[in-house]
Amino acid sequence: MATFKINGEEHSLDVEPEMPLLWVLRDELGMIGTKFGCGIASCGACTVHVNGNAVRSCVLPVSAVEGQEVTTIEGLAESSVAFYEPGALTAVQQAWIDYQVPQCGYCQSGMIMAVSSLLTVNPNPTDAEIDASINNVCRCGSYPRVRKAIRSIASA
Amino acid sequence: MKISRRRFILSSAAAGGGVLIGYAATRPSRHRVANDTLAQGEERFLTSFLKIEPDNKVIVYVNHSEMGQGSHTALAMMAADELDAAWEDVAVEQAPATDLYATGDMAVGFAGEFDVPAFLMPLIEASAMKIAQIGNLQTTGGSASIRFTGQMGMRVAGAAARQMLIQCASEQWAVPASECTTALGYVQHNASGQSLSYGELADAAAALEPPAEPVLKDRSQFNIMGKAISRVDIPAKVDGSAFYGLDYKTDDMLFAAIRLAPVFGTKLVSVDASEALKRRGVQRVIELEDSVAVVADNYWRAKEALRLVKTEFESSDNDDISSADIAAQFDAELESSGGSEDFELGDAGGNLELAEDQIEASYRVPYLAHAPMEPMNCTVHLHDGIGEVWTSTQDPLAVRGRVASLAGLGENDVTHHPSYLGGGFGRRLPFNWNVIDHATKIAMEFSVPVKTVFSREDDMQQDYYRPAVTSNFKAGLNGDGKVIAWQNRYTGPVQTPGAAHIPYDIANQSIRYVDGNTHVPVAAWRSVDHSQQTFFTESFIDELAHRAGTNPFQFRMELLHEHPRHQEVLRVAAEAAGYGRNLPPGHALGLAVQESFGSICAEVAEVSIDANGRPIIHKVTAAIDCGWAVNPDTAEAQIESGIIFGLTAAMYGEITIENGRVAQNNFPDYEMVRMATSPEIDVHIVESGESLGGLGEPATPPIAAAVTNAIYILTGQRIRELPISRHDFSQGSSLAGG
Repeated sequence: MATFKINGEEHSLDVEPEMPLLWVLRDELGMIGTKFGCGIASCGACTVHVNGNAVRSCVLPVSAVEGQEVTTIEGLAESSVAFYEPGALTAVQQAWIDYQVPQCGYCQSGMIMAVSSLLTVNPNPTDAEIDASINNVCRCGSYPRVRKAIRSIASA
Repeated sequence: MKISRRRFILSSAAAGGGVLIGYAATRPSRHRVANDTLAQGEERFLTSFLKIEPDNKVIVYVNHSEMGQGSHTALAMMAADELDAAWEDVAVEQAPATDLYATGDMAVGFAGEFDVPAFLMPLIEASAMKIAQIGNLQTTGGSASIRFTGQMGMRVAGAAARQMLIQCASEQWAVPASECTTALGYVQHNASGQSLSYGELADAAAALEPPAEPVLKDRSQFNIMGKAISRVDIPAKVDGSAFYGLDYKTDDMLFAAIRLAPVFGTKLVSVDASEALKRRGVQRVIELEDSVAVVADNYWRAKEALRLVKTEFESSDNDDISSADIAAQFDAELESSGGSEDFELGDAGGNLELAEDQIEASYRVPYLAHAPMEPMNCTVHLHDGIGEVWTSTQDPLAVRGRVASLAGLGENDVTHHPSYLGGGFGRRLPFNWNVIDHATKIAMEFSVPVKTVFSREDDMQQDYYRPAVTSNFKAGLNGDGKVIAWQNRYTGPVQTPGAAHIPYDIANQSIRYVDGNTHVPVAAWRSVDHSQQTFFTESFIDELAHRAGTNPFQFRMELLHEHPRHQEVLRVAAEAAGYGRNLPPGHALGLAVQESFGSICAEVAEVSIDANGRPIIHKVTAAIDCGWAVNPDTAEAQIESGIIFGLTAAMYGEITIENGRVAQNNFPDYEMVRMATSPEIDVHIVESGESLGGLGEPATPPIAAAVTNAIYILTGQRIRELPISRHDFSQGSSLAGG
């Protein structure tokens, strides 16, 4: 039995301890916001937060989050926006709209989770720090806009 | 073109009130279905592009797939602007996968039975029409959505509706229609101060005859087109709610992981699934002709169990084939055959003999995978004599037909449920059927929905690849350094006729091709043949410039004197990039220009070589003449996207064949440009006002040559084989690895 919190809600699930968190979220719980991209922690499409830190859920056994707090894209705003109301967005999500970052959008859940974690730790990253921290794959090439959107928040 | 006597713009009352405006260019055989579904009375109603509801809401039905290119937004902008709707009142709906929305039929109808009405001719560029005709079903590809469906469908429907609403209002007010104006969803009569909303007029408008030739706006009259409107699909893409094909989920659903024959075209011989069947959640192991699938109650369980399945596939003549063999095959074909004619002008052979200076060069590019971020997948649910399909596709109507034929159902018994696409790039076009076929055959064994998922490794190894191509050039310069002969012999298959043609004024040209067929399946890949051919032609013309001792910008400008649009984008890009001015030490600029899909795109790459001998792409400056831009911000985004897609291919992209199969597995050995390697991009849209050109693809072709042309200036090494990562620039000119 795996017991942990997802977006503030306690879950107890009868799944194999080695099942990656990604497939627990998608196939057991039907939470589709977290995406499958490569299955080997190379592309970052599956990025979620565990206790606030960005991790790639496609290789993270569910046993590793026992008793931990998992946040997915669906719960990102609620976990970080003060006086949250449904529909509210984080500064990162709003910047993603303002700078029209997503194209196909498939990688953007992971991208937003990775950037949100970076900005929590380092609110004003240099370009080199962005490059070192954000190595998610975006096949549409939204990188120039990702950088602009990060800078807009960092300088705000 | 003659003006058809038959009406092609049609209107009808909408269910629940309001008016539907659409389009009647389709095969007569489909009229009955159309009329049963949508039309009332004697109307011959087909594709419906927009609906105006009593509350003034405007619904635009878009029959193209949204894969990030922004066409849902741009197409709706085109309809709404001609309608003079308020953008806030406009909603976009994905049109269903039915015959009513067959893009190909619209084009075929116009080309054959209906002809393009004369008033529309200036709007349509010939290649857009051709692509729409080839894209027979409901295809999104060829950078054609805006320039074909937008121009001929959306704008015409919007303009027709506006005229009908004016007519309604003028009759109610008993004033001349010419005194009525429209703005933001209202018809107004300024003299009397009267005003009615479109919603209030919509029911009455449905009874009117649509105008045969609606008057379209001049660009100076646009209120919505030409503005950087925020994309309608983006809010759902920042909070995890956007729905992709892979996201369909029900409680009773099953998941299939599949192992396909590793050597293309071979069959399954034997299977031992005894261990897999013992695993938790595994329901069945399905054997197909060329593959085996484990079906379980969770994709991870299916995939883990698949590892335990022992399989034997038949051997074939291709088992020993490698990329080197394929390259040798291409060389032999080029050597032994004169090839088929692509383009001949003057006497290239004779002038090569006469030339003062003869230059030869051989270029090569590898196979490439599409690797969209959403791995290939398809959910099929066959139940109660019907079929339902969830899959991200560039052609829902074609998918419907494919699933129906495999499952033995009628086309109208199968429903495709729409979704966003997690990337397409050609992978999700019709004929690249493997995931659809396997998902359908597996689902035929069950009565619950079955989701078949290709892992990233499956995706990499079971794609339909961009063709590997070899291109051999010869050119002759006279004593003044002028090019008097251009000869190109390249390997096919030719998917985009004309891609190897050059805009340069060279009097003697001979361009021919040989088959280039291998056992590796190939298909369209973003920008199709242009991505390979532009690397070849724009590199070789650069070689000639250096050989002639002229700077590559000036050399091109002189040879482009009959192509002012090419000259202008090249000038704009070079100027903005700082061409000819002082650059940081160790930096160089390379340039390339190519026309594709009706747009002309010039790119200038600013490159240096780092201490480890690796090229760093600092900045790419692009100038594109796409006629004009419906949405300048999404246009810029597509140029950025096209450049990075092409840069990934140029820098790293390589699918190699070993023992008849693909050697690459996943992103680590099919690397991508990422944040750290993504250049600054500066886009300039040059609005010539000519016919609309495409935007999804034209930025991809020039980038490889722009980068390698800069590397030549920096190192003296001419890159004639991609990817660039195979070359070593740390000292001198050796090819790294093999």
